[in-house]
Amino acid sequence: MLAHSLFFYFFSTITVFSAVMVTVSKNTVYSVFFLILVFISISILFIMIGAEFLGMIMLIVYVGAVAVLFLFVVMMLNVEEQASKKTSRKGLINNVSVGSVIGLIILLELLVVIGGWKYKNNFIQTSSINTEINITNTHAIGRVLYTDYIYLFQISGLILLVAMIGAITLTFSKKENVKRQNYFDQIKREKESAISLVEVENNKGVKIDD
Amino acid sequence: MIEIGLGHYLTLAAIIFTIGIVGVFLNRKNIIIILMSIELMLLAVNINLVSFSIYLQDLVGQIFTMFILTVAAAEAAVGLAIIVIYYKNRGSINVDEINSLKG
Repeated sequence: MLAHSLFFYFFSTITVFSAVMVTVSKNTVYSVFFLILVFISISILFIMIGAEFLGMIMLIVYVGAVAVLFLFVVMMLNVEEQASKKTSRKGLINNVSVGSVIGLIILLELLVVIGGWKYKNNFIQTSSINTEINITNTHAIGRVLYTDYIYLFQISGLILLVAMIGAITLTFSKKENVKRQNYFDQIKREKESAISLVEVENNKGVKIDD
Repeated sequence: MIEIGLGHYLTLAAIIFTIGIVGVFLNRKNIIIILMSIELMLLAVNINLVSFSIYLQDLVGQIFTMFILTVAAAEAAVGLAIIVIYYKNRGSINVDEINSLKG
């Protein structure tokens, strides 16, 4: 139990620190790296409390796909240059006050909700994690996901498809002076439009491209 | 203090959620960090769902965390695509300069 709490405090401290660094870091590339650190430590926490499958999925999806996407865009857009060029400070003070007041209120509300859970101990049966289950976490999720939640699973696949189509159509730009292969033009070419038989007279030759 | 319970995980999620909200408010530099703060908020929701799912011995929370993960990935992809075309059109993604709607 001591090891569990030590690990929890270690990784949650790292998480909170890097979450703060994501928002306050001057360099956007560093904030992406801190975001990766947040995801890694949260996935370690997930593995620690017994949700191994989700921890691993978190690592694959967030660190492997989303964070790399962020990194790609940050490096592609050259944000640093234009951010340092124009930094208006006029609305900052107002912004800080409003933002911190709203953040404080929301944090207090969330803590009140959590404090409410503390006095409803009869509702939560266990305070320690039951790890003595015969089947693994992945096995259990697979049993539920592909039977009871199959429609939701399919719909989440559709969401990914729509997002993919949307991202491609948003960023797709047609270049004018680039020759591309057009399959339909190639396939619908007929013999009449492609070949012409010419009677070549003797000693005269034939003119091509008339 | 030594015994790690549900409250610890919920407190961690609350702190991360608040950091995400404050990040959205305080950021004046670029819009990519705002997107990252939204990712942090989704992560906090995921922590809540997973910890409740573990402590109540109910797998539904973990299933829904997977769906939230899907939606977060889709949102990041579409949001970044929008940012890329915005940068292509305007040459800047500074939050202060995005005021075409005069909102």
